[in-house]
Amino acid sequence: MVDTTLAFSEGGAHRLRGMEESVVVHDGPAPKRIVTGYGFWIFLLSDIIMFSCFFAAYAVLLGQTAGGPSGAQLFDLRSVVAETACLLLSSFTCGLASIAADVRSARWYQASMAATCVLGLAFLALEGREFASLVSQGAGPTRSAFLSAFFTLVGCHGAHVSAGILWLLTMMAQVFGKGFRADILRRILCFALFWHALDIIWVAIFSVVYLLGSAA
Amino acid sequence: MSEHLHGTHGQLDVAPGDEEEVRVGPRLLGYVVGLGLAILLTATSFFIAGTDLVWQPSIPVAIIVLAIAQMGVHLVFFLHITTGADNTNNVLALAFGLLIVFLVIGGSLWIMSNLNHNMMPMDQIMRMQR
Repeated sequence: MVDTTLAFSEGGAHRLRGMEESVVVHDGPAPKRIVTGYGFWIFLLSDIIMFSCFFAAYAVLLGQTAGGPSGAQLFDLRSVVAETACLLLSSFTCGLASIAADVRSARWYQASMAATCVLGLAFLALEGREFASLVSQGAGPTRSAFLSAFFTLVGCHGAHVSAGILWLLTMMAQVFGKGFRADILRRILCFALFWHALDIIWVAIFSVVYLLGSAA
Repeated sequence: MSEHLHGTHGQLDVAPGDEEEVRVGPRLLGYVVGLGLAILLTATSFFIAGTDLVWQPSIPVAIIVLAIAQMGVHLVFFLHITTGADNTNNVLALAFGLLIVFLVIGGSLWIMSNLNHNMMPMDQIMRMQR
């Protein structure tokens, strides 16, 4: 095993002890960009599993309105269409920012990230307005098990978007101050993964919570 | 970008989110196609939810199928998860995540509907407690 360990740290071809004839070729450890990206991908999958628990709770509690208003009476689908448009376009501009970072164009990078930020803030504003109107109608999270599950699931996604916007602003500042260093490019890769994953979760939310929820 | 070029011997993996394509034009086109498909699927979803043109019991199934299709579009065009040999690790992690997601959601729905089915109606429970 000592031989193998040494070979990994050196990289390239080496001979295993007692197997003089066979030459084993290793690529060595994977580049840091792959290790970082893969680790973050695993975190995102665990985050998606956490969301799946909230989705399961919502699906189970959908009918438990405790005599209160149901989804069909509460949801305003026009507002949901606007929120979806904001998030879809922000996913696109985030992709533009990834391309701009790879070709080292600071101007396009900052412009795309700024557009992503504005669209994300518009999404949060629409969602905040929706929550405020629900609470003012007396349909807050304490009204029924259905509404508790609704606010937990959609609010958790909103909290992720808020955290994503803070991260986005940090990445704009880091590129502004330090340029496209390798470590900053890895952070941009992780941020893009995070933002696209949030969009995937939103697809599940508008389908399951709003469209199926207002049909039920 | 030199960090994730292929090695001289053997094929290296790509990081999730990274593309093999490095030219700007085709990459841009990929995002445009992804956005177009996503808008199309979203619009169809919202249209189907509000229409009475289709057989009503099919609507929930259609919405779920459209949502799964759109998640696939996002995975391929935005997250660049492909079936390529250099993407095997990313796909396997995703497959395991999906297995857990289906176990959690499907299992919860199955158990709770079974409990609902077997539980005595509430008025009978009240009568027994009296």
